[in-house]
Amino acid sequence: MLIELERRSAPSRIMMLASPAIAVALTVVTAALLLAAIGVDPVHGLGVYFIAPLSTGWSLQELAVKASPLVLIAVGLAICFRANSWNIGAEGQYLAGAMLGGWFALAYQTAGAWWVLPGMLLLGALGGMLYALIPAALRVFFGANEILTSLMLVYVAQFGLDYLVRGPWRDPHGFNFPQTVAFEPAATMPLLLAGGRLHWGVLLAPLAVAVAIVFLGATLRGFELRVVGMAPRAGRFAGFDVRRDILLAFAVSGALAGLAGIIEVAGPIGQLLPTLSPGYGFAAIIVAFLGRLNPIGILLAGLILALSYLGGEQAQIALRVPLDLTIVLQGALLFYVLACDTFILYRLHLFGGRRKAVQRAA
Amino acid sequence: MLEARGIVKRFGDLAANDGVDLAVGEGEIHALLGENGAGKSTLVKVLYGALQPDEGEIFWQGAHVEIASPAAARALGIGMVFQHFSLFEALTVAENVALGLPTRETLRSIASRIEALSAAFGLPLDPARYVHDLSVGERQRIEIVRCLLQDPKLIIMDEPTSVLTPQEADLLFATLGRLAGEGRAILYITHRLEEVRRLCDAATVLRQGRVVAGVSPRRETAAALARLMVGSDVQPIEHRAARAGAPLLELRRLSLPPDRVLGTALVDISLSVRAGEIVAIAGVAGNGQGELFAALSGERPSRADAVLIDGAPVGQRGITQRRRLGAAFVPEERLGHSAVPHLTLSENVLLTRHGTGGLTRLGFLLRGRAAQLAAEVCAAFDVRKPGRDPEAASLSGGNLQKFVVGRELLAEPRLLVVNQPSWGVDVGAAVMIRQALVDLAAQGAAVLVISQDLDEILEIADRIAVIAHGRLSEAHPASALSLERIGLLMGGAHPESVPEPADAD
Repeated sequence: MLIELERRSAPSRIMMLASPAIAVALTVVTAALLLAAIGVDPVHGLGVYFIAPLSTGWSLQELAVKASPLVLIAVGLAICFRANSWNIGAEGQYLAGAMLGGWFALAYQTAGAWWVLPGMLLLGALGGMLYALIPAALRVFFGANEILTSLMLVYVAQFGLDYLVRGPWRDPHGFNFPQTVAFEPAATMPLLLAGGRLHWGVLLAPLAVAVAIVFLGATLRGFELRVVGMAPRAGRFAGFDVRRDILLAFAVSGALAGLAGIIEVAGPIGQLLPTLSPGYGFAAIIVAFLGRLNPIGILLAGLILALSYLGGEQAQIALRVPLDLTIVLQGALLFYVLACDTFILYRLHLFGGRRKAVQRAA
Repeated sequence: MLEARGIVKRFGDLAANDGVDLAVGEGEIHALLGENGAGKSTLVKVLYGALQPDEGEIFWQGAHVEIASPAAARALGIGMVFQHFSLFEALTVAENVALGLPTRETLRSIASRIEALSAAFGLPLDPARYVHDLSVGERQRIEIVRCLLQDPKLIIMDEPTSVLTPQEADLLFATLGRLAGEGRAILYITHRLEEVRRLCDAATVLRQGRVVAGVSPRRETAAALARLMVGSDVQPIEHRAARAGAPLLELRRLSLPPDRVLGTALVDISLSVRAGEIVAIAGVAGNGQGELFAALSGERPSRADAVLIDGAPVGQRGITQRRRLGAAFVPEERLGHSAVPHLTLSENVLLTRHGTGGLTRLGFLLRGRAAQLAAEVCAAFDVRKPGRDPEAASLSGGNLQKFVVGRELLAEPRLLVVNQPSWGVDVGAAVMIRQALVDLAAQGAAVLVISQDLDEILEIADRIAVIAHGRLSEAHPASALSLERIGLLMGGAHPESVPEPADAD
């Protein structure tokens, strides 16, 4: 018997919606197998991983707090990916935003004025944007592969942050810990509910989703980015400036990643540390694909990935499972999404045993 | 020699071949006729082992065979010359041939076999030359020689003359005659009817996957063959007299370096197209047509005063600004150039019309208006589509071409530049598009048609220029040019060495 992928005459609408669901289901199965393999009762383990985080008000708030940077970054990445620009370095842009916005906080927070927080957000977005424009410019003007350059710039940003918090920006009264001073209230995200975890920054994620829906679906510039991504030649024929569009796509996604970075610093973290992200910039790539590069889908996918972070922490505490399991499962999820997506355009075709057909591409 | 009985091949719901019978005898040149999408290519791929039939049987020299792969077909003695060549431009003729041969053989012995074959069959070919230096006709000879080296009993040729000048085609016909004289069979796929009448002993006509007739082409008229192919009478183009007015498009010594490796440079091109006339540019594919179109449309900038639209120097202006001057453009490639495959028709309308009014406001898309315009285009040009606003990729070639041509024509352009207007579309759509071009010129627009199809050019053009190696000949009135002279110019002959038309004005 021969198994062959046969191209569908039209993309399958059912698979387009079902593919992420199948991928999530396969990831859960994989999680169960992995838990069993390290000697944890899979049913109990899955309960700790995926159900327990949804059972208390506190952890539901934490879910939203964790999902919001993922959604913010992924919305930007979706715009970028739709324009066929492969920004893999959102993690670096997130850190760049955190650093530039954090610098503003450190420099002006003692003023205690109302403009400190808006200024931080603005500079955070600007930092991410400028950092994303480096790989974009390298691609547009020198033809450098943006996948490599944006990825490598992540490490540059990480070492830059490391240097700052260990060197010039270190808290002089911090017992030599690599961290800055804790931000003043003027430089901190106000909480939505007193005593809770939700802060105002969380609201920016659904806002970004709404703006992205309008931008991609209803504006000429959004249309332009999609055309350039799908068919660059047709884009040039339409009179669109492909180079400008690549720069724009990177600028938008970098700005959103930088915004996510400064919100994390001004919100849950409250100071600059050597590690500001549990890999949000990379996990957002999974969010973007799991969400079909569609803003609404990304909102849902962001919650699922946030759940994997929370579940991972719970499992580490309750089951003594290494936190690396979370990263393995996130990787497996991306793998399954991409594999399932194959069946949007193709279907399986089984040949009988008799005929050994050697198909050749026409 | 070869007989196929009841071949059925389905792709999803579509039966590309639906019970096709075909018999090719020894020494016979057998034409396989049909429009695009009639099932010719599918049938040939089944015979060559590249596709497996869902039903039906194949007999080879009387014996029942299953052709599992192209290698199996070649082992039986079935060879094929494809329409699209698979040659490495950076290698020599002999090296290219060696790559296709299963055995280990020295390049020198291959070269000598190539020389022997090319002498025996009148196929001039130098094995030591690099492919990128060769004309399309010479490249095709490589493919033929490569096929002949396997000593096939049956040779399948897919649209061999679509890329040849008339003179090169004549050379090919002589070779085919010689091959048939040796007792080899030739299955000749084409939609060019005059060729079939001249060359072929028998013809099988396919329509919508079925055999509609087996005829002796020498006893039929071209019109009768066309009727069999299309299933109805083909409307002749109606010409309406128009007086040529002021020049709306002028090219003044346009030169552009190639934009990619092995691209064609444009050299010193001058031309003017006046209101009310159709000027056609003939030429074999790959002689600078794509580059010229890009320079005209503004996808590639040129010297400011090298291109003038309605008197305005636009060489440095982009395509949207040229559209605002009343120009419209239809590129050769439908999917990926003139239309985005996975966008809907109403979004594809936006592609060329977003800058010229009415479809956007303050940077927002007016989707309702775009949908309305798409519906108008579809109604005016009888675009058959699945659903109300389907993706461009879901339309057939002919319908999508009608859509992209209609999209430009409904903008009522004063200048239309169109590259290969009816390439790969069915006869009905081709006639409709050509008629629309003639009507547009009659209404006073200037129309420039770049085409490889000489029949099309002779049908609609008022004046004809020929492009070869990136140089454009002077434009002559169509009535003053013979097919032979166009052919010589297409082959790149120097204009001075070609005899002047007798009644040039």
